[in-house]
Amino acid sequence: MGVTQKLGNMGVVTMRLEDAVNWARTRAMWPLLFGLACCAIEMMSTQASNYDMSRFGMELNRPSPRQSDLMIVAGRLSRKMAPVLRQLYDQMPDPKWVLAMGDCASCAGVFNNYAIVQGVDEIVPVDVYVAGCPPRPEQLIHGVLTLHQRVMQEQLTKWV
Amino acid sequence: MTTFEQRTAAAKIIQDALPHAIERVYEFRGDVTLVVKPAYIVEVCRFCRDSAELQFDMFSGVSGVDYYPDSPRFALVYHLYSLRNNVSIELKAFVEDDDEPSIDSVTEVYPAANWFEREILDMFGVTINNHPDPRRILTPADWEGHPLRKDYPLGYETVQFSFNFDEVNKHKPYAKE
Repeated sequence: MGVTQKLGNMGVVTMRLEDAVNWARTRAMWPLLFGLACCAIEMMSTQASNYDMSRFGMELNRPSPRQSDLMIVAGRLSRKMAPVLRQLYDQMPDPKWVLAMGDCASCAGVFNNYAIVQGVDEIVPVDVYVAGCPPRPEQLIHGVLTLHQRVMQEQLTKWV
Repeated sequence: MTTFEQRTAAAKIIQDALPHAIERVYEFRGDVTLVVKPAYIVEVCRFCRDSAELQFDMFSGVSGVDYYPDSPRFALVYHLYSLRNNVSIELKAFVEDDDEPSIDSVTEVYPAANWFEREILDMFGVTINNHPDPRRILTPADWEGHPLRKDYPLGYETVQFSFNFDEVNKHKPYAKE
């Protein structure tokens, strides 16, 4: 504000550092390829051309956790797979977010038994839950946009 | 011949050939089952497969049953199918011992029984003798217990409705960072 008043139109945009960093993080958030079960089909169709997720920055799904920011847990998580999920989450570098897609990832959905983890939040901290069985692509996109809104409000003190 | 007549005819052939091995035959809604003494199960399977009239060459599966408070506790049901004659039949073998159940493997007769018996081994805890690969198939490596037994708990958390939401929420092990 002060700089442009004094020097006039230099062709420069000024904004807070928090806003700039958060804007950059939301506009190119690459998800980790983590489809487990049926929700993976909906995730694939959201990534495909009809409901394109590239327009929200998720240009491609990275199979490697070291190169991704967002983990979309799509599908049932069994007790056998839980240590694998935790290991992949630990291998992702900061900043990282988790989106629990579907009912099975949020709360084990229809499966209340010994083999399925009752909600992925027992293993990894979740930022956004998307309900549905499976959620339609529009619902998943809404979940992603909710995550973007949350990221835009993140504070400097959290990541410095 | 109708399906049911074909099945009862096949059951009669088996019963006549091996009377010492078959305890009884019963039918339920058109499906014919022969109750076999567990010591003779391999012999009966071999006869079913090799007999020229029966030709039960396809092994459709073996399932386990747990009749918990009753004794004998475990039963194995072998589903056999004849491709040439289009007849399917079941052989049921009640496992003798309830505390250390064991039965012979039929993999030497039907190699397809390999994974089915591994599943019974894992889910019910019935020891399969002479199995070529007796390791667990469905549960993780450090799992204890046999999940499909009747005295195994169904789940580990009560269903969270809105009336008990807070109680279940208190005990939920949320992951920290």
